[in-house]
Amino acid sequence: MDAEAAKLLGAGLAAIGVGMAALGVGNVFGSFLESALRNPAAADGQQGRLFIGFAAAELLGLLAFVVAMILLFVA
Amino acid sequence: MAAESGKIDPMHQFLVEPLAGRHWEIAGQSVAFTNSALWMAVSFAAIWLFMMGGMKRALVPGRWQMAVEGFTGFITSMMDANIGPAGRKYVPYVFSLFMFILFANLLGMLPVALVGAHPFAVTSHLTITGVLALASFAMVLAIGFAKHGFHFFSLFVPHGVKGPMAAAIFPIELISFLMRPFSLGLRLFVAITAGHILMEVLAGFVINGINSEMWLGPVVSLLSFTLMIGITLLELLVAAIQAYVFALLTSLYLNDAINLH
Repeated sequence: MDAEAAKLLGAGLAAIGVGMAALGVGNVFGSFLESALRNPAAADGQQGRLFIGFAAAELLGLLAFVVAMILLFVA
Repeated sequence: MAAESGKIDPMHQFLVEPLAGRHWEIAGQSVAFTNSALWMAVSFAAIWLFMMGGMKRALVPGRWQMAVEGFTGFITSMMDANIGPAGRKYVPYVFSLFMFILFANLLGMLPVALVGAHPFAVTSHLTITGVLALASFAMVLAIGFAKHGFHFFSLFVPHGVKGPMAAAIFPIELISFLMRPFSLGLRLFVAITAGHILMEVLAGFVINGINSEMWLGPVVSLLSFTLMIGITLLELLVAAIQAYVFALLTSLYLNDAINLH
């Protein structure tokens, strides 16, 4: 396979990771809402933890994006 | 330019170019006044104007003072919740960090290209966000060692872990601790970069659609433009969330240094 084609394929495959992070972020907010609606009084106190979970899940998707960018523009 | 060639070039917007002092040098390194420096200066000017307009100490606050107090109160309550009373000392640092990132993110989103200026998102460069992250990390190290001395290393052994398990956990916790500045800087940089690339690509679709000869072109343009309005709103949300997450994680890391566990 041509090296240039392999780079583009790799960048495309890295995009799968971004989609997976979408599942993770959706899960964080979905689970939060699910339990927040059961006990709305306790929900506001957990907002900090919500965003920590969001940041952790999001970071992994952003790393996949970095891999794609490195393949496209650096490697 | 995307408009003339018809090919979308999403990376061009991140180019750092000297505006003045192209030949200024210190020890062989260029110290020209770049567009990045200009937009940082604009961010500082905007923060300064915003704060000066609201720091009036009126007994019955006006709208502007309420806006400023909303921001300071937000950061103060976040620090109180995460660190406790000992965190009051570090509110000014985290507040400055939050305001600078928020203003830099939002100013990078401004459509000033309409009047001929070139917008530039300062936080879309790892050099800027990395230095901010290293500043936070250096503060955590300095406070941790100043307050607890070598007892600070107990941070890497969770409560109730003993013997061989502690020996195994220590390097893992140490590596995860050392990765913090990278994840902190990288998150902000990539989130802003990705958002701006996405908007540039969509804007390229709109322009190329209008310029194309096919009847389908304007339809694509209209659909892309509708999507772009939504994406722009999402990017405004991301700009605020990333500033909040940076401040939140900094406060959590400071909590580790101040209270250990």
